[in-house]
Amino acid sequence: MPSGAGHRPATATRRTAKGATQERRLFNELTRLARFIETAKRDIAAMHPDEIRQKHLPTATDELDAIVAATAEATGAILDSAEKLTAIVGNADPALRDQITEQATRIFEACSFQDITGQRITKVIKTLKQIEAKVGDLVQAFGDAPAAPRGSKSAGDDESSLLNGPQLPHNAVSQSDIDALFEKE
Amino acid sequence: MAVDMKMNVLIVDDYKTMLRIVGNLLKQLGFTNIDEATDGATALEKMRQKNYGLVISDWNMEPMTGLQLLKEVRSDIKLKAVPFIMVTAESKTENVVAAKQAGVNNYIVKPFNAATLKGKIAAVIGDF
Repeated sequence: MPSGAGHRPATATRRTAKGATQERRLFNELTRLARFIETAKRDIAAMHPDEIRQKHLPTATDELDAIVAATAEATGAILDSAEKLTAIVGNADPALRDQITEQATRIFEACSFQDITGQRITKVIKTLKQIEAKVGDLVQAFGDAPAAPRGSKSAGDDESSLLNGPQLPHNAVSQSDIDALFEKE
Repeated sequence: MAVDMKMNVLIVDDYKTMLRIVGNLLKQLGFTNIDEATDGATALEKMRQKNYGLVISDWNMEPMTGLQLLKEVRSDIKLKAVPFIMVTAESKTENVVAAKQAGVNNYIVKPFNAATLKGKIAAVIGDF
């Protein structure tokens, strides 16, 4: 059979058909991957990762640091008193001295709670920092996520924005500041 | 042989609260010369300047842990015989094994009470 311009050998036809199928499959996989990435980006945006990294996690670690500082201060005050009591009864009646010294000992023992809680809180802070880093990696891996839609839950309603809990020491408002504000209003 | 209650005792802990607590308990037990260090390097420096009859150290410190401090002490020809008690929140078997292998004389887990402290110290330096 003479070979003509429009005639292809059978093997070439099969290779072309196979190639087209593979190409279609690759295209479909890439399309699925692109859709997956878009969905993941939307899901990540819905989590408000920037808020998590820039607001919620730093707030959480600040609050935990404040707990450690406050309990250390309170424990210091308790120890001051226990030490003074021990010194005061130094020359007292031996029976009284022994009783008070015994109670002061119980106070010293109990105060070690602050060391344990401090260590536990430090572990939590380290975990939060790891989470913060992972969220950062996630955001970087998926690129800039679309901004969260306006009016989302994170904006907070009027009432919830008034519920902030105890203030942090470094920007605390004093009672006299509050009194002055109260008088002014 | 009676324990010399005037011996120098060194407490090592990065938490000042714990230094006060252990220091107060030691005073109540009758020890009168108590020094403090908030990190391993300072502790080593003090130990090289003064003879201590006992070292009581925390484990979880940075940059030098209590275990690293213990190893430094045991590898120093002048310090290796100093009685060393670990007082720590670390309570896993591997911690105790590691401390023992490094040459710790006794191991107290936090939180502890005065009676435990006394018992563990007595087990190392003798009854008092």
